[in-house]
Amino acid sequence: MIEIRNVTKCYDNLRAVDDLSCDILPGGVFGLVGVNGSGKSTLLRLISGVYHADEGSIKLFGEEVYDNPEAKKHIIYVPDNTQLVMSGSNMLEMAKFYAACYEKFSFEKFEKLTRVFNLNPKARIRSFSKGMMKQAQTVLALSCNTDIIMFDETYDGLDPLAKQIAAKLIYAEVCDRRACVIMTSHSLRELEDTCDTLALMYKGKLILQSDIGSLKTTLFKIQVAFADDTGREAFENIEGAELLSYTLNGRVATVIMKGDKAHAEAHIRKFNPLIFEMLPITLEEVFAYQMDALGYDFSLIMPE
Amino acid sequence: MFNINRVSDVPIYEQLIAEIERYVLAGLIRPGEKLPSVRNLSVEHSVNPNTVQKAYTELERQKLCYSVPGSGRFIAEDAVDLLRGKKSELLDKVAELARELRTSGMAEEEIIKTVHAVYTETGI
Repeated sequence: MIEIRNVTKCYDNLRAVDDLSCDILPGGVFGLVGVNGSGKSTLLRLISGVYHADEGSIKLFGEEVYDNPEAKKHIIYVPDNTQLVMSGSNMLEMAKFYAACYEKFSFEKFEKLTRVFNLNPKARIRSFSKGMMKQAQTVLALSCNTDIIMFDETYDGLDPLAKQIAAKLIYAEVCDRRACVIMTSHSLRELEDTCDTLALMYKGKLILQSDIGSLKTTLFKIQVAFADDTGREAFENIEGAELLSYTLNGRVATVIMKGDKAHAEAHIRKFNPLIFEMLPITLEEVFAYQMDALGYDFSLIMPE
Repeated sequence: MFNINRVSDVPIYEQLIAEIERYVLAGLIRPGEKLPSVRNLSVEHSVNPNTVQKAYTELERQKLCYSVPGSGRFIAEDAVDLLRGKKSELLDKVAELARELRTSGMAEEEIIKTVHAVYTETGI
């Protein structure tokens, strides 16, 4: 649906997005994660046609997005900045404005969602709290019924209940209309629950893209101790499983591996370990070790 | 409906599969009965629909359920037998644990007492 090919965007000397290529498919929730300044918002603005790429192309349904009103009709972008909302108006006035831009805008949906979030559509948006403004933006965006909905850290400003409501609404969009939802956040934990695909950005580049299910099932962590001097050789050259990381603390080795758990276990047990424990691995750890393998210092990339 | 633990490190789609299996074995969903739609399960449990789909696809692959286009997804007639068969593999794990306990010096009666206590528990 969205084809991004070798896109570069510079601000003076800074490469905000650096030779980035990516495909984003419909009918799913795509999470874009990275520290502040990694290029997430710039990428979203490029996808929505607000910015023009210096190099490369961004196509939606095969057509370039930039300066293409026909293509832009399929996209709604909810920025992280609540000041972009016309704060002098109320939600109903905003709805009329959106309805004029988006032909599939539904007032029925707008009214229903306004009630779901318990908002007053006639109150001046200026009087809303920051969280309520984000809820209002979410309501307006979903009412436009576009194929692509982009939330730029909008989710982060919602309270836990509102987040749950938003998640359910997003899933309904994906099921009912095969919507393509793109969300950015600087927190993996947040996105892990909602998204099916995660992509990690750092310094304008796409470091990793994978569906969440695979990330959590292909990597595993084991704590092993041997009575003798068996070292990392017990974890190497295993058919179907690759050693990613080996750390020794006294007699106990913490090992991160990728691939076939059963094969790995069978192989390691032949060395008669004193202790053998398969431990749960978090998504943060998964990213850390993947990054490590690519040669990045993870402590610089992910603060949480 | 199902117990989903978000904080657990067990992937959600694995939890979904385990829950549906639990329901089938307990007779809470019977062979021939319809499973909730992907949309239903997704919105009710706040789980990404692709995750639900993944769980359902796996269950179909294991022949525990089948799809009827336009109607939905139904539990297979022999689902209970299939699951019982699967669970009997767990006996190997029991043997393994027993071996470990025996090596550590535990008496056989202790293990039997524990197993007996489980079989006299009420509820699922």
